[in-house]
Amino acid sequence: MLTLEAVSYRYAGASGKSLRDIDLSLSEGEVVGVVGASEAGKSTLALVVSGLAPRSIGGALEGRLLIDGEDVLGQPMHAMAAVVGICFQNPHTQLSQVADTVFEEVAFGPLNLGIDRLDVISRVTEALDGLGIVDLAERDPRRLSGGQMQLVAVAGLLAMRPRHLVLDEPTAQLDPEGKELVAQALLRLAGSGTAMLICEHDTDLLARLCSRVVALDGGTIAHSGATAEFLADPRLVELGVQPPGRVRLRRALESAGLQVDLPT
Amino acid sequence: MTEISCSDVSYEYPDGVRALNGVDLVIRAGERVAIVGQNGSGKTTLVRHFNGLLRPTEGRVLVGEMDTRTSRIARLASLVGLAFQDPDRQIFSGSVEAEVAFGARNVGLRAADLEASVSGALESVGLGDERKTNPYDLGYSRRKLLTIASVLAMRTPVVVLDEPTTGQDARGVATVEQILERLTAERRTVVAISHDMRFVAEAFGRVVVMREGRIVIDGSPAEVFAEERWPVLRSTNLEPPYAAVAGAKLGLGSTPTDRSVVNALVARSGSVG
Repeated sequence: MLTLEAVSYRYAGASGKSLRDIDLSLSEGEVVGVVGASEAGKSTLALVVSGLAPRSIGGALEGRLLIDGEDVLGQPMHAMAAVVGICFQNPHTQLSQVADTVFEEVAFGPLNLGIDRLDVISRVTEALDGLGIVDLAERDPRRLSGGQMQLVAVAGLLAMRPRHLVLDEPTAQLDPEGKELVAQALLRLAGSGTAMLICEHDTDLLARLCSRVVALDGGTIAHSGATAEFLADPRLVELGVQPPGRVRLRRALESAGLQVDLPT
Repeated sequence: MTEISCSDVSYEYPDGVRALNGVDLVIRAGERVAIVGQNGSGKTTLVRHFNGLLRPTEGRVLVGEMDTRTSRIARLASLVGLAFQDPDRQIFSGSVEAEVAFGARNVGLRAADLEASVSGALESVGLGDERKTNPYDLGYSRRKLLTIASVLAMRTPVVVLDEPTTGQDARGVATVEQILERLTAERRTVVAISHDMRFVAEAFGRVVVMREGRIVIDGSPAEVFAEERWPVLRSTNLEPPYAAVAGAKLGLGSTPTDRSVVNALVARSGSVG
């Protein structure tokens, strides 16, 4: 269980706060989506939840970040990394830059957590297999296409099996099949108890993964609700959020005065 | 007018990965073309041939009259502007305006021309108020728009955008669509890579589908997203946009966009009633 209580955050050197009074909690195995316009605070929220803000990037945080009821703001980064994983928006940021093969790259995280080598090998194999990238195992991670690199970044997180995971647009550079493989892998991980927060513009993906979605606007939570009703809410468009394809088409038909049952 | 012509182009990276395998493609001046396909299918490798960043291992790429194997990259850069997929591999200046002015100055724009080009480009991506800002104080999506502005400011006859809508919210996508409209109105050629099939279907006249370094479909959105093509699309990890799926299930034929679904339903109710 991960809880944010009245969390506000200001970047170092910034005049205003990028997050204000955020109350949010994630239960075991729960998958929550975060939507909002660019610079509404989604990536900042990801940095705060992962513990990188303020530990690694400075800035000032108010409020409390609790894991299983315990305030973790005073804990060092290595302790945070063992309980909360983060998937960065840009996969280049995620790569260790020290691994020469994809296999070693995916093994980097779990090895750093001190996990037994044989266990790491089976975790890496499973992660690569689940994302359909076994054939990339011997490739240089720095010489992959953008989408392949994103899959490798996600594989590295899966192999760490974090109890909490925050993902910042994990599928932005993926083809639909890659998205589907990531979606299935995340659902399996959630099934094993990992709580997830997914910041994402792709509402079709959120509709598939999340039980609940929150919308950020100007650093505060503007709306939240159960996924299906939430993504059909017309207010989302005002917040800069593209509704799922089916919702969009239904609106286009309604505004042309047409009533049609759309397939799912 | 600048046409891009690829004849039997193959490319092998130094580590032995063969990313292109006999690509034949002609992009005519003023066309707007989307390139789609699975991750690792060769899309980025292909467009990097258009401005000479990569040169074919086999075959030939002509930009206008120039063969990229024997042309200077500075000359090619004045014809073909390329915005990278990853903005952080492109941005290096300390301010937004310096970033945008760099390429424009390199292709020879000076004084009032340069200023007009920089401000026009920044306005068109909505960064007109951020001229003095450090690019790294912008979020990812606005850094991405900044890289597009840098290319627009070069006023090249061909503009290539690698995944321009990645990380953009609804307003950012609309901004990119407006930029495409303007480039076409100015008779400039636009090539964009995208995984967003809705965007591709709505904003492009021609869609080129790649798989394993080859072109497997090339046609209008209505042709490419027609139901009989879905098996080929799926073989390169693509799904048709929702409108195409809904149109097929409703028996409307190939309707790749929301608008085409509406039009087909209106036409059908008209012919019945």
